[in-house]
Amino acid sequence: MSVFTIEAGLAILGLALLLVEAFKPDISRRTLGLTAIAGTVLALVLFILAPHDTASLPGFIQPWHQLDGLAIFYKGFALVITILVLWLTLECAPYLTRFTLDGKLAEMFSLPLIVCAGMMWMASARDLVTVFVALELVTISFYVLVAFARKSAFSLEAGVKYLILGALSTGVLVYGIAWIYGATGTMSFDGIAKALANPATSKTAALFGSAVLLCGLGFKVAAAPFHMWVPDVYQGAPTPVTAFLSVGSKAAGFVVLTRALDAFMSAGSIIGSEIQALLLVIGALTALLGSLPAMFQTSVKRLLAYSSISHAGYLLLALACRESARFDLSSGGVVAFYLATYLPMTVLGFLGLGIMRANGLGEDLKDFTGLAKRNPLLALLMTLSFASLAGLPLTAGFLGKLFVFLGLADHGCWGALTCAVIAAATGFYYYFKTVLAMYTTEGTDVPALSLSTATKAVAGALALAIVILGVYPKPLQGVLKADKAAVVAK
Amino acid sequence: MSVLEIIIALPLLAALAVWLGAPARAASLGATIVNLILVLYAVVQYGGKTGLAFTCSHPILENPALSFAVGADGTSLILALLTALVMLAAIWQIQDRPAIFYVSSLLIGGGALGAFLTTDVFFIYAFHELALIPTFLMIALHGRAEPAQRKAVAWKATIYLGAGSLVLLAGLVWLVLEFSGGSKLTFDLEALRNQAKLTPLPDAKQGQIFFLLLLGFGSLVSLFPFHSWAAPAYATAPTPVAMLHSGVLKKFGLYGLIRIALPLLPQGAHVEWVQHALIWMLLGNILVMGLVTIHASRLDDTLANSSVMHMGYIFLGIASGSELALKGAVILMFAHGVSIALLFGLCGRMRNQLGTLEYNKLGGLATHAPAFTVLFAFGAFASIGLPGLTNFAGEVMIFLGNFTEFKAGALTPLQWAVILALWGVVMSAVYMLRAYRSIFHGSPATGLFMIDPALSQRVPFILLAATLLVTGCCPWLLLNLMKSAL
Repeated sequence: MSVFTIEAGLAILGLALLLVEAFKPDISRRTLGLTAIAGTVLALVLFILAPHDTASLPGFIQPWHQLDGLAIFYKGFALVITILVLWLTLECAPYLTRFTLDGKLAEMFSLPLIVCAGMMWMASARDLVTVFVALELVTISFYVLVAFARKSAFSLEAGVKYLILGALSTGVLVYGIAWIYGATGTMSFDGIAKALANPATSKTAALFGSAVLLCGLGFKVAAAPFHMWVPDVYQGAPTPVTAFLSVGSKAAGFVVLTRALDAFMSAGSIIGSEIQALLLVIGALTALLGSLPAMFQTSVKRLLAYSSISHAGYLLLALACRESARFDLSSGGVVAFYLATYLPMTVLGFLGLGIMRANGLGEDLKDFTGLAKRNPLLALLMTLSFASLAGLPLTAGFLGKLFVFLGLADHGCWGALTCAVIAAATGFYYYFKTVLAMYTTEGTDVPALSLSTATKAVAGALALAIVILGVYPKPLQGVLKADKAAVVAK
Repeated sequence: MSVLEIIIALPLLAALAVWLGAPARAASLGATIVNLILVLYAVVQYGGKTGLAFTCSHPILENPALSFAVGADGTSLILALLTALVMLAAIWQIQDRPAIFYVSSLLIGGGALGAFLTTDVFFIYAFHELALIPTFLMIALHGRAEPAQRKAVAWKATIYLGAGSLVLLAGLVWLVLEFSGGSKLTFDLEALRNQAKLTPLPDAKQGQIFFLLLLGFGSLVSLFPFHSWAAPAYATAPTPVAMLHSGVLKKFGLYGLIRIALPLLPQGAHVEWVQHALIWMLLGNILVMGLVTIHASRLDDTLANSSVMHMGYIFLGIASGSELALKGAVILMFAHGVSIALLFGLCGRMRNQLGTLEYNKLGGLATHAPAFTVLFAFGAFASIGLPGLTNFAGEVMIFLGNFTEFKAGALTPLQWAVILALWGVVMSAVYMLRAYRSIFHGSPATGLFMIDPALSQRVPFILLAATLLVTGCCPWLLLNLMKSAL
């Protein structure tokens, strides 16, 4: 079975689940949720077994889709995060249904499947049109998901903000694509790279087009100065959707950025150095503007939103540093590695928030007071997640940051490196402020909080992933290293 | 599999087990006793060897080359022995405290062992950070002050130590970039040392990197003027944390200078401006902090400030760079760790029983608690530098090590520094003897009553005091481990 068939199957399953709910209204949400999870797990198994080369794709799709190392990595990534988000939705269901109109959750289980198919297509896109179609599939599904808890004013506000800014950024993105097409006469990434290596191409038009394109994508990945929507949307959206936005949507944005920048900054590109300078400035700004306001947040969900912005900053800085001979990972590889470490720690953090919400607690810093007394295991897992987000050595988060910083140092980008280090240092403050609250005991007479066995298993697996990636990253690096060879060969 | 890996893993696994519900005291004590035996075994096995032993390496990344590599030379083994001793004593003396006290002590000790026994810069750094987190949490959560005040103290320490760690990381990355050789980045300390021998950097650059590392490692060791976090942190920290941090973890910065900075940048400390800056800073530690300590009116303040002050002598050994002075610095690190842990342990017990540590409210305790008094005397006299206790050996070696080349009438700046630093010994005598007199001598103050700890509770303190006496009378036990040049 080809990978393309699996992706199409996922989208069809998503549509089918929608129809089932429409015609059989009494079906339990548990059945729906478990079907969706089972379908995605099956897709993951089939995906692992399926042949992994472009030639295995159906002929008609080959001009637009490719299956290189990067695509395979991100497709697997999309499947894993979708499974986790579906499971998280099921976990939060009792609390979520309080905010939906009729207590139904069908779309919460079917739309993520469609998003997943969109992210998988995006990962293998070869040209800007495919990128655009896949990106819109993802974004439009997210408009619905964000505003899903429609009895909650916050969720509605978040939905409207995300819709307006998302639509605007889509317009900007198309505008950029049009300029690039005008400048280079092609929309395929390979063609753009070739045209940009040709000195006869108009530099002004190409530069303007790619800058506008970066602005459009900047909205999607929450790069400064287009990051203003993130705190409100992340805070208002239902927690599983926030986790999906923070990990899935971000990864999707970065796979497109990686592809586009591979073209814009390929060897001999006439706009390479300008784009690099732009990325360094945006990346440093994003890291700082994410980290500094995070210090003053009292809502942990909002704090995680700002932290997500600053992580986007480090990722942009990683993209600014192209290959280094002293390094085994290409810039795309570093980004993929970072995202692979980002997945378990972020999902674990949001999982903790979801569990607390389901137990009648809020998402403010004060709700974390005495968490260690309520449930030492949950506190330990959340500590691990926050320590990794802060970048504590021996957790996954440290290695991702180390690669970014080493890349910057190797390229001599000292200004950007300084900003990134300041942002990372600030991170220690706000993450550990939260950890401190969890272990504070004075003045709290708190009821215990219990975890189901399934929750313990999933959270434990995520925690294990954080530790293993932190102390034994070799296998993951091996997967991503193959990709550098491919990039260099191109 | 190397014995060092077991030594590092045991406390960390015990911490995890206790956190997940294992009986706290039994598991912690069991793990630390076994650990001390293992460390002693490693010390005996190492004997008079030179170079790294018990090496074992598991690559975790190929390029940049990172590996979980363990290995120990004499310096690391002496510090591992110090850690195992102090960890056992700190855990043994805990009484009626929640499990988090055991967990954090095990984590701090395990982190310190990891930092001393691994040979990959990445892991050396990482294990130290691992040990800092519980230190900070314990001060903030269980410190002996009002919640707002202890949180402020904890944050102050965190900001100093965090900023110091970042400067240190920058310095280490600089070393890695300079000494990795052409094709591959490596964090392996041995590879970096070999490269540094093959292609040493120009002296001026060595000075710059050394200074950066000095600031980074130095703020972890409370080098003047980056010391102001230390005294309040130790005075506030729960007893086991104060024992472990001031006794063991603080030595990490000095260990890093001796193991990483000096071998890679042999000329770094001798570049003129670096040397002068270091001399001013260490004299700040000894003389300024000495006067501050004399001024203290509470026992915990005296101990905390004296701990900052004594770091100056060790820096003096590092600044000298002569073989004798460096070995003296290592001996003094061991001695100071044992003696300050002993003093902080006893100080914590006094606070629990008496509720006050103010000198003008104390007095005459010797009549009711003779054993306690003798134990305290060991710590106090070691701290002054009484011959027969380990600190004396270390200090003398450092002082003499700076006079190996002596021309009357043409003293070097370092030799002037030694002459000034000798006054620090006088100051130590003043504040320690005053503390001893006002607490234990005189007529018992009304309303104060303290009895000797039960025999089983004396064990940890006797262990530390005996260590001071044995290694003080026979410093060759430690020196034998350092036969090769450092």
